[in-house]
This record gives sequence, structure tokens and C-alpha cells, in this order.
Amino acid sequence: MTQVSIDIAAGARAPSPYVPRMARILAAEQMTETERFFRLQAEGEAMRYEPGQFVEVMVFGIGEAPISICSSPTQGEAFELSVRSVGVVTNRLKEFKAGDRVGIRGPFGNHFDYAAMKGQDVLFVAGGLGLAPTRSLIRYVMDKRKDFGKVTILFGAREPKWLLFRSEVEAWQKRGDVDVHVTVDRGDASWKGNVGVITRLFSKVAIDAPRTWAVIVGPPVMFKFAVLEALAEGIPEHRIICSLERHMKCGVGKCGHCQIRGIYVCREGPVFTYEQVKRLREGI
Amino acid sequence: MLPQVLKKGDLGAWIEALGKTWKVAAPVLKETSVSDRTDAKFGWEWVVDPAEVRLDYTVTVLGPKKFLWPSRQTVLAYALAGEPNPQAVIEHEPQVLLGVHPCDITAIATLDAAFGKDVPDPHYLARRKDTAIVGLDCAAPCDESCFCLDMGSLHPESGYDIMLTPHRDRYFVEVKTDLGQQLLAGARLQPATKQDMQGRQAFTEEQRGNFHYQLPCEVKYLPEILDASYDSLVWEAIARRCFSCGSCNTVCPTCYCWDVADQIAVDLTKGCRVRRYDSCQLDPFAEVAGGENFRKDRSSRLRHRMFRKGKYILEQTGRAGCVGCGRCERACIAGISIKETFVQIAGSR
Repeated sequence: MTQVSIDIAAGARAPSPYVPRMARILAAEQMTETERFFRLQAEGEAMRYEPGQFVEVMVFGIGEAPISICSSPTQGEAFELSVRSVGVVTNRLKEFKAGDRVGIRGPFGNHFDYAAMKGQDVLFVAGGLGLAPTRSLIRYVMDKRKDFGKVTILFGAREPKWLLFRSEVEAWQKRGDVDVHVTVDRGDASWKGNVGVITRLFSKVAIDAPRTWAVIVGPPVMFKFAVLEALAEGIPEHRIICSLERHMKCGVGKCGHCQIRGIYVCREGPVFTYEQVKRLREGI
Repeated sequence: MLPQVLKKGDLGAWIEALGKTWKVAAPVLKETSVSDRTDAKFGWEWVVDPAEVRLDYTVTVLGPKKFLWPSRQTVLAYALAGEPNPQAVIEHEPQVLLGVHPCDITAIATLDAAFGKDVPDPHYLARRKDTAIVGLDCAAPCDESCFCLDMGSLHPESGYDIMLTPHRDRYFVEVKTDLGQQLLAGARLQPATKQDMQGRQAFTEEQRGNFHYQLPCEVKYLPEILDASYDSLVWEAIARRCFSCGSCNTVCPTCYCWDVADQIAVDLTKGCRVRRYDSCQLDPFAEVAGGENFRKDRSSRLRHRMFRKGKYILEQTGRAGCVGCGRCERACIAGISIKETFVQIAGSR
């Protein structure tokens, strides 16, 4: 094992990776009881990012939380976040509206390898808040639609009231060049769509396994069964893509919180293939 | 440069001289057990009185890590009234760590690699750059917990400015860097005599006779051996005794995981972000916001620490995650020993 060579003097002068820059909220909207949507613009130079990356959002005086970017760089200079209120920082973000400012660090992590998917079919399987990171690639694919083959989106949530980006998903359904199926685990009186777990939707779509990439993002239990379905369709392990959720506290591979075995998810992830994560074991 | 010696009686004067330019930290006696007067606990402190410095110490409870990587460190300051204007807080001043044993020199090199690789962390590296290290070689192992020879940390090739080798009433002084030469400006050095050179040779022979290999394999095979043990029940068996208290992390000279917390001034006009030591043995360490915990079982957390020490850090930096100082074993109330764990899994193949 080779020793990494370290230039202490140069590192001592390096900028601190823990200083956020300011970003202004251009639009904010409550999507569900717990999920809030934000469109933000970094002040000064625009933030350059790739689909699948994440940022650390800072509320001054409260703290920071790692949040997936849910927009695509093809949409312009602003970026979008879909934040679930579960912790101290994200609950405070619930009160933030257009015109307010937050601190931003990042973007961090690797990204969805859209170049490898070019000319091929893409199957998206998103459960609940898993639609947020998935949407960054969906929007990219929509904006460069001609570059990709058949595009299928399977989206599920516990109940209709937890469906994210509902009007946008309806718009995708109307496009005609994307096959979109939505399901909920439990319906209600107003729900006319599919009912049942997301894996049931696999029977509704035709998959050409040798030319398909499956992008599967959702809670661990959904991930496991959706991967099983994708494998059953014949999609190889290295073409099943996921994005892992961890509590990245530093974003630069130091603090240890996102570590899975020898891997720092904040740097080497959050996007992995199933071939990679199945060996990680503590991964899913 | 010709070989030189420093008489032990001249150590205090040298420390006084160093204190004019540098802040000097060194091992001192912290407490002695009431029931066993030979059980002395040493600790690293800023030197107030050179007479308190105990270069005859065996091992300190905590290593000198805290002077480079404090248990609490402010990394960011910002305003809460008006423009936040967040600014990095990078604090350092010229300091000398005097009397660092080879294991801790090696541990500092591991921290250098961890904080310096990929994205450099100037909060650590600025302190490190401003720190001079005076090493102190060991003639014998501290106690039965130590296994530095196995972990390759008894003979560091670099990472220090001066190395002192004790022999009878004097130290043999080896200067490693230009900074080391500067440190010695106020020291009453004497040219080494023929007897001194023989004494230096005698020390090496004594050291060779006192340190023995205790692991059944070379450290470079540890990653492979650990890999093969991943699914073993051995982790569950050892974890039965573990209380997940995190003492092992607290005393480890190479542990560097941290947590962050924002603090607000009482007048609410400003805030800061503080990072502080965290422990991978504590239950919430790998928990995410929704409540999912990716290392929920105590055994998986214990295994994670052992793997970090024997495999992950080594693979990431090429430097040992464990330097064999034995501190975690001494601090463990359940008597869990990383050395015995390595011996057990290496023997289970």
C-alpha cells in the first residue's frame, strides 16, 4: 500500500471546506405535510452541479443538513431541493420562503453516469422522497430526450397525500414519449390510480433488459425488492443504479458519519451500482 | 552535523529557552493510584514548570493529539444580526511537543494523511505546520498492552524534528530537520564522546532485546485477514462484553471522526460551528434523519472500529490506522483488546 503524500504547508493555506456560500431562495412551496420544495440561486458565481449530487444546506444559528439536488443542470443556473422536515435544521427550513437566504456548501459526491446511458433505455423506480435525487436525472433525460431510448418511470408513495411533484408527474404522463406509472400503498376515496407496492408496477411495463439501465432510489426495504424485480427482468447488476442516504456531516470524506466499510459515501457516492453496494453489506 | 548529547540535568534550561519562542507541551504526572503507587497516570500538558516534565513516562492516557486536533474546535464564525458573512476560524501558534514516543509520532503521520488527503483540512494542517516535534525513543514496551513493533510504529523514519534517545544521565540528540536545529539554539549540547556512541549502540541492542513481535502475521496482511473475518461470529462474541461507551475512540491517537454543532452567543448577535470528537461506537453514529441506523448492532460498530484500525485507514492512506499504543485496551472497562482481537482472527484462518 502506497503512502499518500501530503503537502502540509500547502494544505495549511488551503481554503476551509466548511465555509458555506450564500444562496437566495427564489421559490418555496410546501409539497406535502413534511416535504418542502425550494428553488435556490447561489450568490456570486452560479453553482455548477451534476444530476445525483448533494449540497449541505445551512441555517445560520441552527446547523447543516445534507440534501439531494432534485433539479438538473439543464434547467438553468438555479437549483432545486426537496426537503423533508425530520430534524432540527429541516424543520426550521419549513419556515423559509422566497427571498430568504441560506448557506450552501457543495455540490458534493459523484453523479449519475448519464453519458453511459446515452442511446439506451432508462427505467426509473422511485419510492417516496427517493423521487428527489431521481428527479435530477429524470429532468436531465427529459431535457435531452432524443439522446435516450425508451424511458419508463415507476413512482410510488405510501398514500396519495405523500406523492411528490404531483402536477409535474401528471405532466410527464401527458408527454407521450415517457411511460409513467404511479401507485400508492393505500388509496383513498379520491384516488383512481394504482394501489399496491411499487414492485407491482413492473408487470405493467415492457423492459428490454440488455439495453436498460435501472435507476432505483427509495427506502431500504423498497430498494431491496425493486432490485429483485430488476434482476428478475434480466438487468445486469452493474446497470442497476442507486443513490444511498447517509448523514454526511462534512461532505469531504473526513467526519466518518457516512462511511460504509471503507467507503466515504459523500465522496465515492452517493450514486453506486448494485454490483458495488451488494458487497458493501452495511450499504442497504 | 557531529553527534551530540544533552545532559538530563540540562533539560530544564532547554525547555525554558524553548518557551521564549514556542509554547511547549510535554508529559507530566497526572495522578498515582491510591492502592498501587507504581500505577502512575501521565498526561500531556502545557509546560508551566520545566521541573514537572517527566520524560521517564511510560505512556500517557491521551496522546499529544489534542494539541493538533482538539476535542472541541471552532471551525466557522458568522453573524446572526445582518449579513451572516461566514468566516473560517483557523487558530494556531508555534508549539513544540516535547517527548513524543515513536507510536505517537506515527499516529500524527496518520492524522496528517487523513486531514491532508483529497480535500485538505486547513484547521488541522495549519496547526500541524506550526508544530515542532521532539521525539523520545523507547527502550522497552510501556506495558503488556502495547504492540508498536508489530504495527510498524516503533521506528518512524520521519515525522519528527529531533529524536532524543535516553541513555543513563543523558540524551543522544539526533537532529532531523532545519526546524530541529533551530529548536536546539538554546540547548547546552555537548559533542558525543566515544562512550556516548557506545551508549547509543547499547540502547539499540537493549531495545531489540525488549520488544517482541506478538501478532502471528505482518501488518500488511491485516486487511486480508480482517476481510476473511467479516462474517465471523467473533465480532458478536467480542461485542457481548462491549458497552459501546466509546472510550476506545476517545483515547485513540489516530481516531479523527467528528460531529458538528452550531452555537449561538448569548446576545444572539453571532454564532459559530464547533466540531468535536465523535465515536463510531455510539448508537446514533450511522443513523440518518428518518431513523434508519446502518450500524444498529453493537457488533457491527465494534467490527467497524477494528476494520478502520486494521484495514480501511491503511488502505486509504497507506498508513496504519492502529499504531499499537495499547491505549484502547487500557481504557476499555470490559478489557477488549485490539491486539488480542487481531491475534484471534489471524489464528482463525
